[in-house]
Amino acid sequence: MSHTEPVDRSTKSLGSTVFWRLAEDIPRPLQTGLMIASIAVPLLLWWLLTTFGSIDPTFLPSPANVITAFGRLWSTGELLQDTVASLWRVGVGFFMAVLCSIPVGVLMGSFASIRALLEPLFGLVRYMPAPAFIPLLILYLGIGEEPKITLIFIGVFFFNSLMVMDTVKFVPKDLIEATYTLGGNRLQTLLQVIFPHVLPGILDASRINLAAAWQLVIVSELIAATEGLGRRISVAGRFLRTDEIFVGLIVIGVIGLIFDLFFQYLLRVSCRWAAQKR
Amino acid sequence: MFLEINNLHKHFNTKTGNLVVLKDINMEIQRGEFICAVGASGSGKSTLLRQIAGLDQPTSGEVKVDGEVITGPGPDRGMVFQHYTLFPWMTVQQNTEFGLKLQRLSKKERREKASTYLEVVGLSKFAKSLPSELSGGMKQRVAIARALASEPKVLLLDEPFGALDVHTKELMHQFMLELWERTHLTVFMITHDVEEAVFLSNRIYALGARPGTVRREMSIKLPERTQHVKRNSTFHDYRDELMEIMRGHGQEALIAA
Ligand SMILES: Nc1ncnc2c1ncn2[C@@H]1O[C@H](COP(=O)(O)OP(=O)(O)OP(=O)(O)O)[C@@H](O)[C@H]1O
Ligand SMILES: [Mg+2]
Repeated sequence: MSHTEPVDRSTKSLGSTVFWRLAEDIPRPLQTGLMIASIAVPLLLWWLLTTFGSIDPTFLPSPANVITAFGRLWSTGELLQDTVASLWRVGVGFFMAVLCSIPVGVLMGSFASIRALLEPLFGLVRYMPAPAFIPLLILYLGIGEEPKITLIFIGVFFFNSLMVMDTVKFVPKDLIEATYTLGGNRLQTLLQVIFPHVLPGILDASRINLAAAWQLVIVSELIAATEGLGRRISVAGRFLRTDEIFVGLIVIGVIGLIFDLFFQYLLRVSCRWAAQKR
Repeated sequence: MFLEINNLHKHFNTKTGNLVVLKDINMEIQRGEFICAVGASGSGKSTLLRQIAGLDQPTSGEVKVDGEVITGPGPDRGMVFQHYTLFPWMTVQQNTEFGLKLQRLSKKERREKASTYLEVVGLSKFAKSLPSELSGGMKQRVAIARALASEPKVLLLDEPFGALDVHTKELMHQFMLELWERTHLTVFMITHDVEEAVFLSNRIYALGARPGTVRREMSIKLPERTQHVKRNSTFHDYRDELMEIMRGHGQEALIAA
């Protein structure tokens, strides 16, 4: 016993500093524990509040109410239909925006001429909130799928182009010059050095902008749609079905989180060299 | 004459006016020589090497390699940079092959040549490693292998061992001498380390600073090229003489800075 005591004390004194280590990893178990607590504690509080707080369920439904509502919406197929509708809009709009913004951003970052031509315009449009375009889009494109997809495109394209441009600006000049001394021409340098170097940055930018796209689709559905998760929430709100609002919000959050994890995974498998640094 | 620098001047237009970095540089290097240019920090060494590599154009004067005036960068002048410039997403093998890939050699040729030069720099075992998994000395050896793979006419080195510790540096010096004896390469190396220059080169150009000019040209004749020679009085004489030249102009540089 007398041997274990000092050891115990040393781990304890270390323990207090482990939590606040600057820019360093924390032990695996502590990390897992904190991550679980991050979700579990609010859930527990919610449960305690609704069980012992005698709160009107139309104001704050209990976790059990929400699970029941989830079952109900799932069994009728409405939830799946709404989710698919929202996912499809985001998928198309985001994919097109990313597809266009990658070459535009890389060109803006690589060539000062193209940057001078586009940056003022993009910088201006970027500060116009995408939802502010909704009335115009309805005027021009009606209330079908087109305005929603266009909205997502507008909301992602300008931001993503500028973010991709910034990653290109950070390619070390030495690497580009090294390529020239190895016999590379400008096209080879662009495709075989600049592009692979910025790929992780592009994935990161796209990941951040996917979150924006996901928010925009919900906003667009709140305003005009016949199905979609945003529509589900606004209808539920009109009929005071608070439990269904919660179902909608949670599904939206979980899908967003899955997107994020997917992009992180993509980054890890496609850019092993960059994933190590992060 | 294999590598020729004729009346080279280089000015930069800066906010504070016209900055003369290199003034009237003349150098003549024979095939197979190992040449060092020594100068204090800021004496324009990197600038000089960039003109030879073709990454920058001289304000006046010219650089000729094998009789041809340099107008741009090319794989006939292998360059090793002062900072690490390996491509971080490529393995050591892919880095070494990259120049050959840019020059559109077949896959088989590429692999063979790269393997040969990885062998030369003693890094065959690390062919599959990423640059981030290598030490500084290993990174610079890969950079040397990458430059050598294109079989350049001249190897240009910009303080390649500046960031290494004393012991690793000595190993790299040994390595450079063996490499040079084996391949009969023409090497033009830049350094601020006087002992390094005396130990490695056949001939030294001592550069003065602000503006960078050739102060002295010095042929080096040492009885042997092993670590022992550093205790030899001839070695000391060369070193002290160069130090003297650099010291005198170092003070000027400090005042100018
Ligand atoms: N593109 C540029 N524009 C303006 N000034 C420059 C440029 N490149 C270099 N200089 C100036 O030229 C001088 C010499 O720079 P250089 O990098 O050639 O020095 P160096 O001898 O290689 O120094 P070090 O040993 O620190 O690498 C410096 O005063 C620097 O400020
Ligand atoms: Mg330098």
